[in-house]
Amino acid sequence: MSNKPYRLASGGRLIDRAKKLHFSFDGQPLTGFAGDTVASAVMANGQRVFGRSFKYHRPRGVVGLGSEEMNALLGVGDGARHEPNLRATQVELFEGLSAVSQNRWPSLNFDIGAINNRFSRVLPSGFYYKTFMWPKSFWKHVYEPIIRRAAGLGKAPEGRDPDTYENIHVHCDVLVIGAGVGGLAAAEAAAASGAKVIIADENPRFGGLADIGDGSIEGQTQIDWAMAKAQGLAAAANVHVLTRTTVVGHWHHNHVMLFERLADHDPALLAAGVPRHRLWKVRATRIILASGAIERPLAFANNDRPGVMLASAARAMVERYGVVPGAQGIVFTNNDDAYLTALALRKAGSVVRVVDSRSRADGALVAKARAAGIDVDTGSVVSAVHTSFGGLSISDVKVAAYRKGQGRVIKERQVECDFIAMSGGWNPALHLWCHNGGKIKFDDTLQSFQPDRHDDPIAAVGAANGTFGLQEILNEAYGAGEAAAKAALPKSKSAKLKAPKAEQSSQAPLESLWFAPATGKYNEGNKHFIDYQNDVTAADLELAQREGYESVEHTKRYTTFGMATDQGKTSNLNGLGVLSEATGKTIPEIGVTTFRPPYTPFSFGSIAGPLTKNLFLPIRRTAIFKWHVDQGASFEPIGQWRRAYTYPRPGEDKHASINREILCVRNKVGLLDASTLGKIEIKGPDAAEFLDRIYTNMFSTLKIGKCRYGLMMNELGFLSDDGVTVRFADDHFLMHTTSGGADRIAAWLEEWLQTEWTHYKVFVTPVTEQWSQFAIAGPKARDVLMKLEPSFDISHEALPHMSFIEGKLGPYPVRLFRISFSGELSYEVATPANLGRGLWNEIIAAGAEFGLEPYGTEALHVLRAEKGYIVVGDETDGTTTPIDVGLDGLVSKKKTDFIGKRSLEQPYLKGRDRKQLVGLLTEEPNEVLPDGAYAVRAVKDKPPMEMIGQVTSSYHSPTFGRSIAMALIHNGRARMGETISFPLPGGKVVKAKIVDPVFYDKEGGRLNV
Amino acid sequence: MLLIKCPVCGAEGDETDFHAGGQAHVRRPASHDPATVSNEDQCSYLFIRHNPKGLHFERWRCDRGCGKWFHAARDTMTMEFKAFYGISALPPRALMEQAKGPWAEYFKDKLA
Repeated sequence: MSNKPYRLASGGRLIDRAKKLHFSFDGQPLTGFAGDTVASAVMANGQRVFGRSFKYHRPRGVVGLGSEEMNALLGVGDGARHEPNLRATQVELFEGLSAVSQNRWPSLNFDIGAINNRFSRVLPSGFYYKTFMWPKSFWKHVYEPIIRRAAGLGKAPEGRDPDTYENIHVHCDVLVIGAGVGGLAAAEAAAASGAKVIIADENPRFGGLADIGDGSIEGQTQIDWAMAKAQGLAAAANVHVLTRTTVVGHWHHNHVMLFERLADHDPALLAAGVPRHRLWKVRATRIILASGAIERPLAFANNDRPGVMLASAARAMVERYGVVPGAQGIVFTNNDDAYLTALALRKAGSVVRVVDSRSRADGALVAKARAAGIDVDTGSVVSAVHTSFGGLSISDVKVAAYRKGQGRVIKERQVECDFIAMSGGWNPALHLWCHNGGKIKFDDTLQSFQPDRHDDPIAAVGAANGTFGLQEILNEAYGAGEAAAKAALPKSKSAKLKAPKAEQSSQAPLESLWFAPATGKYNEGNKHFIDYQNDVTAADLELAQREGYESVEHTKRYTTFGMATDQGKTSNLNGLGVLSEATGKTIPEIGVTTFRPPYTPFSFGSIAGPLTKNLFLPIRRTAIFKWHVDQGASFEPIGQWRRAYTYPRPGEDKHASINREILCVRNKVGLLDASTLGKIEIKGPDAAEFLDRIYTNMFSTLKIGKCRYGLMMNELGFLSDDGVTVRFADDHFLMHTTSGGADRIAAWLEEWLQTEWTHYKVFVTPVTEQWSQFAIAGPKARDVLMKLEPSFDISHEALPHMSFIEGKLGPYPVRLFRISFSGELSYEVATPANLGRGLWNEIIAAGAEFGLEPYGTEALHVLRAEKGYIVVGDETDGTTTPIDVGLDGLVSKKKTDFIGKRSLEQPYLKGRDRKQLVGLLTEEPNEVLPDGAYAVRAVKDKPPMEMIGQVTSSYHSPTFGRSIAMALIHNGRARMGETISFPLPGGKVVKAKIVDPVFYDKEGGRLNV
Repeated sequence: MLLIKCPVCGAEGDETDFHAGGQAHVRRPASHDPATVSNEDQCSYLFIRHNPKGLHFERWRCDRGCGKWFHAARDTMTMEFKAFYGISALPPRALMEQAKGPWAEYFKDKLA
């Protein structure tokens, strides 16, 4: 750290010297002014190193002036409000801010990982691919932890996010992206023609780079003109002005996402409850892209030393914050624009020297610089950067004579300096143009890409369009603004604003410089950084070429060039330039890599918006939910439903309560809240024929008042759902589906009705929530019902198994189905949902004398498994046919067509040589096989072993006092009585005998009582 | 994010408000003559889909609106929707004339 005064005594357009702010950087207390960024405030305190680089841990400082910053990534805030990887150039200073540098250990100025830099000769591109390959077992436990620790960028925040976030959906006629001179002009023109305009800019203030330009518009400075226009727009009723708002992505049909930071810059706003971020989802009829341009670094030896900045950033430091990067600087350039930086630094009192790679430099700005007494070395490059204090501070550079295309240094001399401002020209910020397939073309004058064709209604203006002359920008922007308004509102009258007159120093063209030769034979021992954030050098890119990664997309992935969080904003074109020189191809021949959203990282909070906590996923509750809660039930999620899993009593664990509930159903009577069961009413003259198409079995023959279990397949012949369907009338059915399948099946039925059998007269109405439905199951079920005063005969003769009656239980209107999923005498009673809780209470009261207890979903599952009933999704996996689960009898042979019939005729689905449903009894009766355990043909010492099937359901059965399981086993039905082996993780092998999957009451005597 | 307009209820919304239903005008052979569906016909119905560069006819469902299925004609290169039309309707004649592959086949007798 140095004691030189980096803050000028005066100047700095954005800072308020009357408002001193206190903040900390790596725990060190520092001061700055209101209006500073963390970058400017830290630099004003003489600190240049902001972090360590990703791979080599080289010390790094600020390079850019805004969102293109790749080095100075900081963690800001404490605890749950800590946010990592923020660009110091964008973080606005506030009182009490705490920032920490990243990727350094133990401290910023001394870092253990920097040893990677010494060994960089053995850390070339593809190093990880080449090294961490063998042995395989090292991957998880040795290599990965090492790589992860070494690669640590920021740290995640600790604890739950305390702040709130918002989403907003908006339509507008014209969206203007970027509020520099071009964006402001376009917005003014569009708004004047009556369009509803949104103009967004990522910076806290509008104006773009107007404050570091040298032009004037209608006699005003560029920035004064821009500020006046910004005020005018803010006052206009049809313009919405968004600052601190980054357009992060552009998608089809002009869908755009805007990331607005409302309160990051001011903790008082957060404390007042202002949302921290807001994500705007905008549909714009027209878009004007005025995103400006990003300056290119130059690739010279050790161009990453702290104190090497972009020329525009050095200029902005002086103009905006009154901060000079050092006392003695080199401006290294291949263009005229950087001379503005030389002039600004000179004015600020720094000693400056320009090193210009062009053999001739005689533009107006060059003349101005020479007239100001600035030394200019033309035909020269910086060939070496020397540092003191272990790379923390620049002491001097070598300047070498250069002719375009020269690869080696011939003659050089030493020049003292403590900072370097570099400029390799400007790249139009095309990211948003390209997110959604916009085409680009290479411009030889700019030596960069500029927008070409786009299928969406979007137009680029100004620097984003490769237009850099101030008058040309204004002409283009006013024209585009008016055209966009006209296109969005064809009937409106155009205001026909005239572009104002502008003046500006003319600039001579640049001359590309993709690689500056360095001191030393073959440039050895030097690093020309291309991608600073991922530590990719020119040599890495050349190496990738030599190793055969010829496609630019392959080079990108092999070297990770352009893949860091800055998405190659400053590195992309320089990399292409290096590849171009290495291969002898032109840059358009090399091609570009894909620009992907987001433009800059944005917060997960803004994506989630308000949809957190209770709003994250709506929870569906039955009418009985509160009763379950009051009884101390534990719940399980079934889709969005929360169903009672079991009702443990005080002192009981879940295992004990499940066993008790099962035995209560087997021996007495149990009550289950089955309201979540899918219920779909199907009505219309063609309802029966429709169901014949949907189910594998026949429903047109079902008698009124009767129930039938049905199977549904998809068109591939695989099971997709099952359930009991009841016929109320000739043209009226009620279909039951699985709880999780209700919505899917209703949509499935609709799809077939609407798209295939459009002539059927059928209505499909989901009624799941309209009814509370309870299963009363067990030998005493009829006794309980009798107590409830049924208005109908419920004797076995009048209401046998699989039949239905409608009437009343006391005062309650009910639909009563005699169906069973437990193998016991069982009724399902449905009543309108608003009466559900009342009927439930009545049943509980009526059942008391018969020992009735509620049972949960786990008891339900064990009961059905004992009886050998399948659950679609447990016993089936999307490749299971009705034949596989032994339900061939439910696949109609009479019907000519139903969904899946034709596929099921394929020999490979009909054949025996498939996995079939069987029961399993473990040799050791207390051993419960894990769900999904694999059966193997022969147990070996280690994998691979041939797999012959898997466990689909497995439980301890209190009814039998032992474990039972169901499984899909290859050719299982022919293997009854065979014992097969299940090797478990850890080496244990469980043996089980294949048996019939129906364990309980094979004859069905308990159902028919 | 495509912008879609339901031709049934008129609702306009993001593609997430709709449900994509794949290629349109696919003939289900078993609905017509179930006894004589060849393996080739069934295979084509189940698995073979056309993936052209250009005009594509497809099915959508108005998921968060009226719940109805409908058809759309979309250019897969520009993503522009050329038409939205009912599930039992045909696209505008000009589009039927431009159609290629299986759609040209399907529209052939409709154009006659």
